[in-house]
Amino acid sequence: MATFQTPPVPEKPGPLFPEIAGAEDKFRTCIQCGVCSGSCPMGEAMDFSPRRAVKMLLDGRFDEVVGSNTPWLCISCHTCAVRCPSQLQISDGLFPALRSGVMAAGKALDQDLQKALQNTYLYGNPMGESPRKRAEWAKTAGVPVPIISQLKRPVDVLWVVECYPSFQPRNQEISRKLARILNALGVDFAILGHEERCLGDCEWLAGERGLFEMLIERNIEILNKYRFREILMTDPHSYRTLRNVYPALGGSFPVKHLVQFLAERLDQLKPLLKKKLNATVTYHDSCCLGRKTGHYDEPRALLQAIPGVKLVEMIQNRESALCCGGGASTIYLDRFIEERVKDRLADRRMQQAAATKAEILAVACPFEPSRFEDAAKITGQEGKLVVQDIIELLAESMELV
Amino acid sequence: MNIAVLAKQVPDLVEGVEIDAGGKAVDPTSIRYILSESDDHALEEALLLKERTQARVEVFSLETGEARDTLCTALAKGADRVVMVRTGLDTPPDNHTASKIFVSAIAGLPFDLILTGVRAIDDLDGSLGGLLAGYLNLPYVGLIRKVEISSDGGTVVVEKEYPGGYAAELEVRLPAVLGIQAAEQPPRYVPVSRLRQVMKAGMVEELLTSPPTAQPLEVERLFQPEEGKGATMLCGSPEEVARQITNLLSERRLLR
Repeated sequence: MATFQTPPVPEKPGPLFPEIAGAEDKFRTCIQCGVCSGSCPMGEAMDFSPRRAVKMLLDGRFDEVVGSNTPWLCISCHTCAVRCPSQLQISDGLFPALRSGVMAAGKALDQDLQKALQNTYLYGNPMGESPRKRAEWAKTAGVPVPIISQLKRPVDVLWVVECYPSFQPRNQEISRKLARILNALGVDFAILGHEERCLGDCEWLAGERGLFEMLIERNIEILNKYRFREILMTDPHSYRTLRNVYPALGGSFPVKHLVQFLAERLDQLKPLLKKKLNATVTYHDSCCLGRKTGHYDEPRALLQAIPGVKLVEMIQNRESALCCGGGASTIYLDRFIEERVKDRLADRRMQQAAATKAEILAVACPFEPSRFEDAAKITGQEGKLVVQDIIELLAESMELV
Repeated sequence: MNIAVLAKQVPDLVEGVEIDAGGKAVDPTSIRYILSESDDHALEEALLLKERTQARVEVFSLETGEARDTLCTALAKGADRVVMVRTGLDTPPDNHTASKIFVSAIAGLPFDLILTGVRAIDDLDGSLGGLLAGYLNLPYVGLIRKVEISSDGGTVVVEKEYPGGYAAELEVRLPAVLGIQAAEQPPRYVPVSRLRQVMKAGMVEELLTSPPTAQPLEVERLFQPEEGKGATMLCGSPEEVARQITNLLSERRLLR
């Protein structure tokens, strides 16, 4: 069995929502070096850059930042936090606090974001789909996808499918392929089905603390109901939140993202990778699998195990990778952001991918297929650079399509 | 200025609705209820008027479904008093019955304005506001998208929608009943932490009304719309359907 060391957690979650007054002490260690602002891919468009936002917090002028465009332009790529010499939680500490401030002040929210939050409150998913239909995708998987409440026995692996892979058509196809891969590997797995709810990463980072707490309470209750050895996660955002944030809030579960889970089974996987793909592939490090949890090697190991794949790197990769621009609920703020930036991050990233001359842009985050497929159309790469989830590439090589 | 907002719950279409075996009603086990959308707009308009004029806003909701959630949300958004109107009925009443229940809940109270959604998806007949106004002997205007209270508080100027993109301004003497089509801004967001505080505080009042004597509408048959003749259903994968649509458009010379 291949071994991949899980890197140390590169963040200290601390108090999730430092109250605006209470956060001052923590941020007093800021030396105003400006590395955060210089590293921020959105800093240019912000009324107050991250460095200035910290300074204004310390100067008692936080209200001005709350009232500016700054709170809604952070895409939570975490670059500021990993580079901060004072190790301050800027994107995932200061910014959720700013957004909580916007909500506490009763200011109007962007309508798309408001809808996503309301849907999550009502239905447990931001799309506003019926929770009863959460496992519909599995009906056409072609392999059994058991629901744990119906199995009535412990399972080895509980797969938490999460919202996009359960409901979005582009991602449902990827979920079905992962089900076939798990089946081919003989994994004893089950899903939560209609009992599953959003894990709350976007809601937390959007500053909706009450909604996040509500989701946490419910999810911990559901997860505690069943017996399993470990949890397998499809979505890096939820994976990071369940792994790094839930333990401090009373929910400690053994959890792995699928790239880690599959890379540990490379010896078993390799003989099944029969079809040669003959393609140059570049891999996009998502922020939650990269900077937030340190899984840089496993996705690359999986891609290199596929016969005929030549892996090339983009100019910004691993710790420096450019975000797709959809984290911390900004996936619902596309229109708001588009009006305020020169070019969208997904488009810039697509151009970086095109510069490698790769034929395939490989991803491992459910936000990305549709974000980058849109970007391919906008940047004129449609048909030249194909966006594929690592799962799709593995399934193709395993001839499970 | 005292404003009453009358609200009711309607089936949530996200969960889908099924017709029961009798073929005359929706299967109650298939339903989850949600606040009627135009009632949500009526509440928003009332809260906007409160912000402008320090009006007092009281919300009355029929007890069906998630009414407690609706009333707590209204309190969290800024309503001054919320009342659950208990009806003793097993199923949500039609508008004839509902209007009588609301009249018994608010008659004699000193309201200047009574706002309600202009129509709800469960009956689509938009008759609640008019029936209420009739029973209370007050003026009624529906399809309202803006309300301004005059400086002396004796009248309101309302903006009413007409077909073809037209709108009219009407002056209405108070007290009056208004059917709200849309508030001047989308209904506001209430953070869940505030909502949960309100829920814990349990400030929802309850009012028991006696069963009304209104003769309810009798449904003879409830059914799915039948497929019309001449309709062509496009089938296949999204790509195939998209191709069929572009073919149809180009056949009809609608594509350049």
